[in-house]
Amino acid sequence: MANEAVKYVWEGAIPLQIHLHKSDVASHPAPPPALVLAPRIGYLPLLIPHIKPYFKDSLPPGEDSIWFDYKGVPLKWYIPTGVLFDLLCAEPERPWNLTIHFRGYPSNILIPCEGEDFVKWNFVNSLKEAQYIINGNCKNVMNMSQSDQEDLWTSVMNGDLDAYTKLSPKLKMATIEDDFSRKASLSSPQSRQGATEMDVAGQVKTARVPVRLYVRSINQDFENLEDVPEIDTWDDISYLNRPFEFLREEGKCFTLRNAIESLLPEFIGDKAQTSGEERSKDDDTEEADGLLREMGEIKLARIQGIEMKLEIPFSWVVNNLMNPEFYLHISVLVKAPQR
Amino acid sequence: MNSGREVSDGRLTVEGFSVAARAFADKWKIHNQSFPPWSWVPLINRTLHLSNQEEGYLSLEEILILSSLEESPEDESLNVATDCLEKEESVDHTILVQNQENEAHYYDFHIVYSSSYKVPVLYFRGYCSGGQPLSLDVIKKDLPSCSVSLLHESKWTFITQEEHPYLNRPWFKLHPCGTEDWIKLLSQSSISTGCQMPVDLYLVSWFSVVGQVVGLRIPLEMLN
Repeated sequence: MANEAVKYVWEGAIPLQIHLHKSDVASHPAPPPALVLAPRIGYLPLLIPHIKPYFKDSLPPGEDSIWFDYKGVPLKWYIPTGVLFDLLCAEPERPWNLTIHFRGYPSNILIPCEGEDFVKWNFVNSLKEAQYIINGNCKNVMNMSQSDQEDLWTSVMNGDLDAYTKLSPKLKMATIEDDFSRKASLSSPQSRQGATEMDVAGQVKTARVPVRLYVRSINQDFENLEDVPEIDTWDDISYLNRPFEFLREEGKCFTLRNAIESLLPEFIGDKAQTSGEERSKDDDTEEADGLLREMGEIKLARIQGIEMKLEIPFSWVVNNLMNPEFYLHISVLVKAPQR
Repeated sequence: MNSGREVSDGRLTVEGFSVAARAFADKWKIHNQSFPPWSWVPLINRTLHLSNQEEGYLSLEEILILSSLEESPEDESLNVATDCLEKEESVDHTILVQNQENEAHYYDFHIVYSSSYKVPVLYFRGYCSGGQPLSLDVIKKDLPSCSVSLLHESKWTFITQEEHPYLNRPWFKLHPCGTEDWIKLLSQSSISTGCQMPVDLYLVSWFSVVGQVVGLRIPLEMLN
């Protein structure tokens, strides 16, 4: 179902200005930076064949082990490029200035990437995980023929939405519906792959949505995004690979805010729905509640480069803004709870 | 969802994992004294400043392995050092980490809950005494031979190198796809009511299978 929003997502791209790291420069003068348009749904290592020609004459002799950094932070190549940009650049930088290295791979920090195969398998493993979450098993991905799997990956690599749209039905992913389309689909239960849990009456109960949440926390309010301090290390970011689970209820519509808050219950939102831990042992129950109100606050949630209004129905967000491996990647900036 | 006391579909809830983990660590301490104990590491989220008391992972670290040239097929367990006797090792020039004579390999094991697959996942890493990480080629020499052949067959789907879910570092992971199925098989053979397996025994049963991949065996007493 390639609708307009999905087309925009697939066409989304980040202009990159890639600088060769000075320790890799063996020519004089140093080469100018390379300008590349990077698909949002793609991965940095896939750009290497486009970038390397610019620099190959400047490189010192030896074997390449290529990696990128942004202001000193090594970039995790298995995170889609658009997500990296949304997360690391509070104020979007255009073009995005990255540094490329051909030596000195930081293998104590980054998992290896020795070619397109590594990127492909990262994609396939994420797809399996997403399918497991949505359908309750990953047999459709596993049973896909080798050539179909190849073609699916190629369609993602090339940003070919038409090819992808022809192949993705073979995955038989259960769809995540909002309340309105739910009624229509309930009339044809066979169409659901549903390993969403069913009760005796065959009514759909619990559904799970694959989400990857990248959370940055800052301590004070800010006027402009430019004032948000930069990230020094990945330890500044909390990564949550956790599905959003919900009970389908008549008339209930989940917003993006509901989804994010449920994934971070100890941080934002209604504390009562989270831990069953007794707080009444404390005499200061009232005070504890008062403190709990000093919660963190979602300042910004970005998906596919869009600053989202948190009241948008979550099902729309998922169906239109997810990545080709069926994960929804959300970059969140929160203001930490004040103590 | 049931109370989490029993597992009937091969899966664990996050609360079930906490319970199973503690039960596992306790039994290990009692029955497996040739190893150090597992410790529970709570997830204290530095960025979010608040600790989530319920969530965490199990950690067993600095297990010293001495590589040997020959492994007898019946005893495919890791040669855990109980004394300082070092064995001579061959130097393989093709591996990334030069395996010097008397070089000891250390291993860390973490059992982490996967909310996607709703099962535990084993992560591990190897390093030498200087702290330099060991490559998979080197680690293969320490693994039981059946694991190594499985590795050759399923390069991308059996043991994968991925980022540790909480530590921002590369670790090796035993892929969880399929765990649910064989745990179900295990629980079908357990006594109780039908296919129920008490949560306390989940990790023990799980580890009795998974541990063998990395050469860690558990004594039978732990399964009671």
